[in-house]
Order: sequence, then structure tokens, then C-alpha cells
Amino acid sequence: MASVRYDQATRIYPGTDVPAVDALGLEIADGEFLVLVGPSGSGKTTALRMLAGLEDVDAGSISIGDRDVTDLPPKRRDVAMVFQNYALYPYLTVAANIAFPLRIARVPKEERERRTQEVAELLGLEQYLERKPGQLSGGQRQRVAMGRAIIRQPSVFLMDEPLSNLDAKLRVQMRAEIAALQSRLGTTTVYVTHDQSEAMTLGHRVAVLADGRLQQCDTPRELYAHPANVFVAGFIGSPAMNLCHVRATNGSVQLGGVSFETPAGAQGEIVVGLRPESLELAGDGIPAEVEVVEEIGADSYVFAAAEVGKLVARVDTRLAPERGARISLRPRPGEAHLFDPATGVRLPQPAL
Amino acid sequence: MTTAAATAPLVRRRAPAPVRRKRFLIAVANHSILIAIALAFIAPFLFILLTSLMTTNQALSADLWPHPFRLQNFADVFSKAPLARWTFNTMMYSCLATIGVVLSSVPVAYALARLRWRGRDVAFMVVLIALMLPPQVTVVPLYVMWAKLHLVGTLWPLIVPNWLGDAFSIFLLRQFFLTIPEEYLDAARVDGCGELRILFTVVTRLAKPAIAAVALFSFLYTFNDFFLPLLYVGENSHNWVLSLGLAQFRSQHQVQWNLTMAATVLVMAPVIILFFVAQRAFVEGITLTGVKG
Ligand SMILES: Nc1ncnc2c1ncn2[C@@H]1O[C@H](COP(=O)(O)OP(=O)(O)OP(=O)(O)O)[C@@H](O)[C@H]1O
Ligand SMILES: [Mg+2]
Repeated sequence: MASVRYDQATRIYPGTDVPAVDALGLEIADGEFLVLVGPSGSGKTTALRMLAGLEDVDAGSISIGDRDVTDLPPKRRDVAMVFQNYALYPYLTVAANIAFPLRIARVPKEERERRTQEVAELLGLEQYLERKPGQLSGGQRQRVAMGRAIIRQPSVFLMDEPLSNLDAKLRVQMRAEIAALQSRLGTTTVYVTHDQSEAMTLGHRVAVLADGRLQQCDTPRELYAHPANVFVAGFIGSPAMNLCHVRATNGSVQLGGVSFETPAGAQGEIVVGLRPESLELAGDGIPAEVEVVEEIGADSYVFAAAEVGKLVARVDTRLAPERGARISLRPRPGEAHLFDPATGVRLPQPAL
Repeated sequence: MTTAAATAPLVRRRAPAPVRRKRFLIAVANHSILIAIALAFIAPFLFILLTSLMTTNQALSADLWPHPFRLQNFADVFSKAPLARWTFNTMMYSCLATIGVVLSSVPVAYALARLRWRGRDVAFMVVLIALMLPPQVTVVPLYVMWAKLHLVGTLWPLIVPNWLGDAFSIFLLRQFFLTIPEEYLDAARVDGCGELRILFTVVTRLAKPAIAAVALFSFLYTFNDFFLPLLYVGENSHNWVLSLGLAQFRSQHQVQWNLTMAATVLVMAPVIILFFVAQRAFVEGITLTGVKG
């Protein structure tokens, strides 16, 4: 078990000049479950593969525990990885797949069999040990891949979108299993996903990447409550936060009759971010026309067009308006996030 | 009421009569074409086999069915020709050459397909060019070389070149290695394998069908090869292989068709058996590919 440290780690693929991962600085504590999240092409896989030793580090360094592993080959890093397509060897049985790392490490046969049995029990795979991977369902294959990773008791687990080949329901179930397994084993884990809801439910902390750069790394709650910039604000949360460009005057902005104090010196346009639950139906507010209503049970999401752009509000289903209705949405005071329109950076929250 | 419905036996619906009739006719048409083609291919083999069981006189007649069956022909072949010697030489040539082709071509193909190194593409071009070079171009200088080494007349000029890689096999294996998902290799790397280990434990297993194909091609080629053995061991009957021996046997026992055919059957049998056995390896390998299902 070990902590992990990325220190200004950079990867520039040969033949390109834009870094795929740009000066990534990240500290992952011993036993922590860290999720790397970001849109497609943001460098998540690259960052993970750099840690695994499958990708060169072109600048900066990476350490595991107090060992600098920047130039070590994968086999000397003591990490285990679960791949998106599981990479189970089709010609080996489930038992042989799980025991593969031990066989490579020349662990004696009895111990290998004992540990395979333990892992199979832990993952509920006992009755499948003699099958080939081709005879398993997607969820079972996923579990075998997990088994192959945990049998070695490595310092760090790496997982690259391990659930993306499963259907929605199974994904939620396996997500819970992975979380339970990780907290039981207490092994430091770095988990890559492009699904923000997966990131928020799994991670002790979540690191948001965009264009190879770290945007913010914090607990899911902090990320949701205090996004560091417009990108994180828009990426985390579903449906996404409403972002409206509004002109600031005299130290405040007016939106739907509610005024938000801006930091001293803010002039011109400002970006006001409002979560769907921070907008409520009211007699006065931002006038808007309802385009779509999505019912999700007790609450509904109302998608409406307003002068400041498209808005989403979360309202009680019993009060949800009809499509085409003209409504007014009022921001809840004190729940707005303010961002600099040029840099996208969060502005200091005004005192209430 | 509902439980009664649930336990009712499942009745499988039958396709309506016209549909069934049509399907039946299509099946008959397909099968008759296939059977006709299969017969066309098998007819010469049957003819050879039947003739090999006839008496000498009957073999010269228009009969198709042996009467009586003369199994003695096969024993006669062994007594009239050093068949065991030829078989031994052919096996030396084919087996050693095949082992050599596989052992030398697999690492080269892997390096060309999977390792990143400077000059790789040039090296691959060289392999392709070597592939296109007709053997007639190189045969004279090679002969001179073997003559200078005083090895003409032995089997070595036939075997040794196969241990130095074979362009066609390298090409075929490289193309197959390129289709192996990188994820398998990465998984093996993380699990503690070095590159050589990956090649010998993971890649060779995943590429089993391709390696089997290369081995089979090489075996069949050398087994049937007439040109090179004639060139290098033609003068030394002690080192004759089956293909040379068979040609000689045919010219010596011209009118004894039954014996000639019996010898032919004996020579063909191993190849046919090998083909049936190896076929299963191909099918197994192909149905097992794919990372996910
Ligand atoms: N082998 C490579 N050679 C050159 N560029 C690459 C290579 N692999 C990835 N890239 C580039 O690096 C960037 C980051 O890729 P990466 O695979 O890390 O993204 P990702 O965040 O994992 O995306 P996804 O969610 O789609 O998997 C992309 O712009 C991609 O085009
Ligand atoms: Mg990826």
C-alpha cells in the first residue's frame, strides 16, 4: 500500500506537439480512492498509463510511496490494472487468468491455488473457475479482471473505465461492488471514467481533467458546491449548471429580479452559474418558455428558453408546467456561483 | 386460470408448407452443388486408392473396382524401394525446416509488428522485397556457396536457410500480430512480463492459428518440394527424399500402375492426415479471438 504523487508530469506523444497530459500535479493518499474524470480526449487514460509505466513521462516525475518510479518498467512498479475490455486471455480458464500474475511471479503452485480460491470467494466466482472467459457474461468477466488485479495485493490499483462495457443497471451494481471491495482492501486506487455521476459516487476525491490539464481535485461535495472554474461547473452535475452571461453594474449583477454582489472591481460581463435546484418557479423572475419537461419521479427538470439562454430548473413534479407554458424562474438568493468570463475562474464568493 | 396457461406445453410453431417446401428445395440445391464439387475433388484420390489395390493386369484394364483386393502392393513397394530411407530424409527436411521457420520467423515478425525501433519500416520493406524475389534468381549463387562449403549432396542446404527466417512466414505472422489488441500486451506488462516473456507466453498463444498456418504451409511446401532436393541431393541417392524417390519409382515401374499408385498413396497419406489434424487448430484459434463478446 502506498501513496502516489504526480509532480508536474507531462506526456507529449511522439509526432504531436500538444501535450496529452500537461504538468499534472496530484497527490493521492495511501488507501484513497481517486477518480480521474473528464471529457473524451482529456488525457485520463494517458495519465493512468503514465502511472502504470506503459507511457513515457516526458517531463516531471511520478512516485509511488517514496520511490521515484518515473523510469521504471511496469513490472517493477507494483501496480495492477483493470482494462476497459478486461484483457482476459481467451485461452486460459478463469482460474488461470486470475492466477496469471502469480504464475509470472513464480509463486508456488499450492499458494497460487489457495489465493485464487480466496479471490474467487471474495468475488463470487467459485462456480466459474473452470470456464473460459468467452463463456462468461460481461459482469462476470469484469469480476475476473478485478480478481486478476487484486490477487497480487499490489500497492496501487489502476482502472480504466472498467464498467463502460456493461449495461446501465449492472454498471450501478458493479460500481457499488467496486466501492465496497476497495474500502475492504484499503488499497490506493486510481479510477478513470468519463461519467461524472460514476466519479461522484465512487471517489473519495475526484480530479477533473480537460485538455490534459488538471482543473480541480477535491471531494465530490466540494466539487459540486465550489467548482473552481466554468469547466468544472458545467461538467459536474446532471443536468449541467446554468451559466448565464450578465452585465455587472455597481458591484452587483441583476438576474430575474435578484441581485448578486460581485467582488470589488468586477466590471463588464460576468458569468453567473445556477444549479437547476437553485432556480424556482415564482410569480416574477426570469421570463422563459418551457421547451421540455423531464419527469424523474418526485421532481421534474424543466428545460426552458429565456433571454439569457437555455435554463434548466428542478421543480416539484406536482407543480411542473406544461410544455410551451410561459413561466418565471427566480434564482434562490445566495446560491449563485460567479465566474470571470475571460479566464473562467471562480470569483470569490461575496459574503451574504 | 393463469396457472393453467403458464403450464401449457410450449408448442413450437412450424413454418407454413410453401415456406418449408421452398427451404427444402434450396437445401437440396445447395447440397447438390457442394456434393458435386466435393466429388470432383475426391474422384482422382479415389481412383488412385482403388488402382493401388488392384493386380498389375487389372490396373491396365478399364476396371474401376479392384478384384481381388491386393493389399500386398503396399508391402511390395517397401521391398522394391528404400521407402523408409526416403521417408526419413523427407521428415528430416520437412520437420527441421518447419521448426526453423517458426522459431526464426516469430521473433522477427513480432519485432516488425509490435516493437518500436528506428528503421523498422525499412526492415519490413526489405522483407517484402525478399518475398517478391523469385527463387530462380538466388538459386545459382546459393548453389555455388553450398558447393564451396562442400555440402552439396547433403540435406543441409535444404534445411539451414529455413532457420534464417522466411519472408512469407514473417509477413503472414506480422499481419496477424498487428491484429492482437494492445490491451493483452499491456496487461501482461503490468502483471510482470518482460517483452520476451510476453512474446513466448502471450503472443504465441494468441497467435496459435497463424503459427499453425505458417508451420503447415512450410511443412507442405518442403514435403512436396522437388526442385531444391533435385538440385542439392539428386546425385546422392542415399539422401533422396520422397518426392525424388517417387519420381524415380514411377519411371522404373512404369507399367505396374498398381505399385506406382500404392507408393503415391503412402506418400500422400501423412499430408492428408496432417491436414485433418491441423484444421482443428485453425478453427479453435479463430473462434477464440476477441477481447470482449
Ligand atoms: N498513441 C497516441 N499517439 C498520439 N496521440 C495520442 C495517443 N494516444 C492518445 N493520444 C491523444 O492524447 C489525448 C488524450 O488521450 P487519452 O486517451 O488519454 O484520452 P481520454 O481522456 O482517455 O479519452 P477517452 O475518454 O476517450 O478514453 C487525445 O487528444 C488523443 O488524441
Ligand atoms: Mg481513455
